Amino acid sequence: MSNAHTAVHGDHHPVDPSIPVEYHEEENSLRIAGFWVFLGSDLVLFSCLFATYVVMHGRVAGGPTSQQLFDVTGFTIETIALLFSSFTCGLATYEMRRGNRNAMVTWLFITVALGLVFLGFEIDEFVHNVSIGATMQRSGFLSAFFTLVGTHGCHVTMGTLWMLSVIIQLIRYGITPITARKAFIVSIYWHFLDAVWIFIFTVVYLTGKVV
Amino acid sequence: MNGFANWAVHFFMLDEGPLIWLSDFLIGCATIGIIVALTYFKLWKWLWDNWLTTVDHKKIGIMYLVAAVLMLFRGGTDGLLMRAQLSWPNLHFLNADHYDQIFTTHGTIMILFMAMPAIIGFFNVAVPLQIGCRDVAFPYLNAISFWLFFAAALLFNLSFVVGGSPDGGWTSYPPYVENAFDPGPGENYFLVALQITGIGTIATGVNFLLTILRMRAPGMTMMRLPMFTWSVFITSIIIVFAFPVLTVALALLLIDRDFGSHFFTVTGGGMPMQYINLFWIWGHPEVYIVILPAFGIFSEVVSTFSHKRLFGYSAMVVSMIAIAILSFIVWVHHFFTMGAGPGVNSFFGVSTMAIAIPTGVKIFNWLFTMHKGRVEFTSAMLWAVGFIPNFLIGGLTGVMLAVPPADYQYHNSYFLIAHFHYVLIGGTVFGVFAAIYYWWPKMFGVLLDEKLGRWHFWTFMIGFNICFFPQFFLGFMGMQRRMYTYPAGYGWGIINLISTVGAVLMGVGFLIFVWNVLWSARFGQRDTTGDPWDGRSLEWATTSPAPEYNFAIIPTIKGRDAWWLMKKTGESINGPKGVPFRPIHMPNNSGRPIIMSLFFFIAGAGFIFQWWILAIIGLLGVLVTMAQRSFEYHDHHYIPVEEIEKTEAAAGRL
Repeated sequence: MSNAHTAVHGDHHPVDPSIPVEYHEEENSLRIAGFWVFLGSDLVLFSCLFATYVVMHGRVAGGPTSQQLFDVTGFTIETIALLFSSFTCGLATYEMRRGNRNAMVTWLFITVALGLVFLGFEIDEFVHNVSIGATMQRSGFLSAFFTLVGTHGCHVTMGTLWMLSVIIQLIRYGITPITARKAFIVSIYWHFLDAVWIFIFTVVYLTGKVV
Repeated sequence: MNGFANWAVHFFMLDEGPLIWLSDFLIGCATIGIIVALTYFKLWKWLWDNWLTTVDHKKIGIMYLVAAVLMLFRGGTDGLLMRAQLSWPNLHFLNADHYDQIFTTHGTIMILFMAMPAIIGFFNVAVPLQIGCRDVAFPYLNAISFWLFFAAALLFNLSFVVGGSPDGGWTSYPPYVENAFDPGPGENYFLVALQITGIGTIATGVNFLLTILRMRAPGMTMMRLPMFTWSVFITSIIIVFAFPVLTVALALLLIDRDFGSHFFTVTGGGMPMQYINLFWIWGHPEVYIVILPAFGIFSEVVSTFSHKRLFGYSAMVVSMIAIAILSFIVWVHHFFTMGAGPGVNSFFGVSTMAIAIPTGVKIFNWLFTMHKGRVEFTSAMLWAVGFIPNFLIGGLTGVMLAVPPADYQYHNSYFLIAHFHYVLIGGTVFGVFAAIYYWWPKMFGVLLDEKLGRWHFWTFMIGFNICFFPQFFLGFMGMQRRMYTYPAGYGWGIINLISTVGAVLMGVGFLIFVWNVLWSARFGQRDTTGDPWDGRSLEWATTSPAPEYNFAIIPTIKGRDAWWLMKKTGESINGPKGVPFRPIHMPNNSGRPIIMSLFFFIAGAGFIFQWWILAIIGLLGVLVTMAQRSFEYHDHHYIPVEEIEKTEAAAGRL
């Protein structure tokens, strides 16, 4: 098995069966920790976009305001889809720990499907906005709105592609420490996007409907 | 056809005069020369196998340094052009446009493409050796970081001869840099190149943070780390949390320019101040990103050449942590004059002055390390000792600038220029030169010549002071930064002339350094022991240069200054005699990082010239290479015991 940390110490460590499968090799633990640090930097990225959005929120330059623009049904469905996908993603991890490859892959597929539902509604919202002239060129507010929500949408798109590649590897190789680690990391990423969405839901959509 | 010819002439800037023609000619000669030489000496395969595809931290470090020295030459040439232009009143050697472009590229290159690769180069050269491991946490990612930097540097430098350089200053403030006032590809070059190298830098931050947290040899606790490694650890944390802010600032400005949005425009509800805040929330931590590792280097050099352990180890660590925290809450001092009000300005004035406290602690610790030590004035030590008074001038003038009411007088004047050159050259550049002399034998197995090293130091250091000390007075006399020429009669002429003489002397110092490198490669003293300085940390326990796997057996660490302790107790780095070697697991080389960076380059060009097909091809290429990596399972190999035995025997270590 490839293992950077054994590369450091030059020998293998015995596997403790009580720890989760994705941590069965020290390199896996290293990579998972590295991914957490990356998420820290991604969080800073989103924080800056949020700050910019809040600054820009009132700067509509005579164009549509958030109150006029946001559609309650649309963003509620998006929110429900994404929250449920986070739940199904958790179920996939649960089945991974129990060693059920097929159940795990099924839950991951459902997660991807919910992600696509989310993206579909988001794209629909964007297309609708553009069709009524609410483009990102219209005002500072809309520039910030499209960029913040769009950046999250790009992350979700990347997440679905990434999850599909992990699903293929799970089908091909089964649950090994390596595939388990890959699935675990993409699931952390997915939960992170869910957490960011909760802030978008609150700061952008709910607040934007009221203020 | 005529239309195309006109476009091409403009695109390749053939209508811009002899400076561009000369550059085209030199770039052409250098490129053809490199290709011919590589082909004639049949070195292409060697280059690909040993360098372009390597994931070895030692080689990546060397490549970073080579790039940094080349960029020092480019940035230095820009500086000399500026000094030539300003050496006397009413000169028109450069026109205003060219001068704007040159001060922009000078600043950007020196910070992002010279200082950053130089310090990251030394991260790579020293950290894994100092903590007793065989590579960084993610060697493949490390190669990607380097090649992203390389692609970005190439892209940025290309702007000089293709399409035009950015001209908005290294800070690139809107609204001036928006399309309405500054059309053309120039600013896009700045935004895209910094974006690409920034992604690589974030990866470097993650990589070294994890390397130092998780890859230390047994017994190497955090409070036993060499001080340079500590500085890298703290710098990595700053990188991880500061660079994403730059990513956002650059991305938003690029969206403004490429897609017509209104983040920082003056119309459509845009807000230029938002960019300036974001830029400096990254920009101020950035100056600590380039200075803290230099502090780490000075700690190593001062302790080694005083033949004493570092004075005040814990205080050094605590003060670096304090500087790291403070670095995030001082950014407004870059624009006191923009009218944030007395409350805000006072807060940021005080937080800025507070940085002087931990920095002062460090200065005293270096002095006390030398106190009663057996100080040996090698070239590396000269740079470290020279750093203290020069950096002190920079630091004290920094405190002067931090007083908001007084800052209204100095703001954006040559006083500021002199201040930040004193901290960046007196701190970072001196640190990089100290590190070059200190770690050169570890990198190449050869010592740089001491006599030429002393000439290099004294010429450069004296030149530096002649160049920048007069600029404090120019600032007081009212000379503002970024003015491309000035009328006679202000009394600035002679002071500027003195300053230019100093700049030339710095250039001479650089040439002496280059000559030293060439001379030493041929005639320099070979380092056969691996420990030419009677060093204290683990990198001096390996051979020079260190073998691919660094340590045949991972050492067990019993205290600070691990190698010094081992020498005292007569231990071998390979442990007690008779401990058998085991096969060593190492990552495979990979050509994918350089290919991926090529796709980043293509996508970057697409975003610069708004050729969307190119942008899409580039981004798809990046995605495909990432997917390929995900499906790559066999990316490691074993070094067999016989090979380790052969290598260790050749080094006389069996």
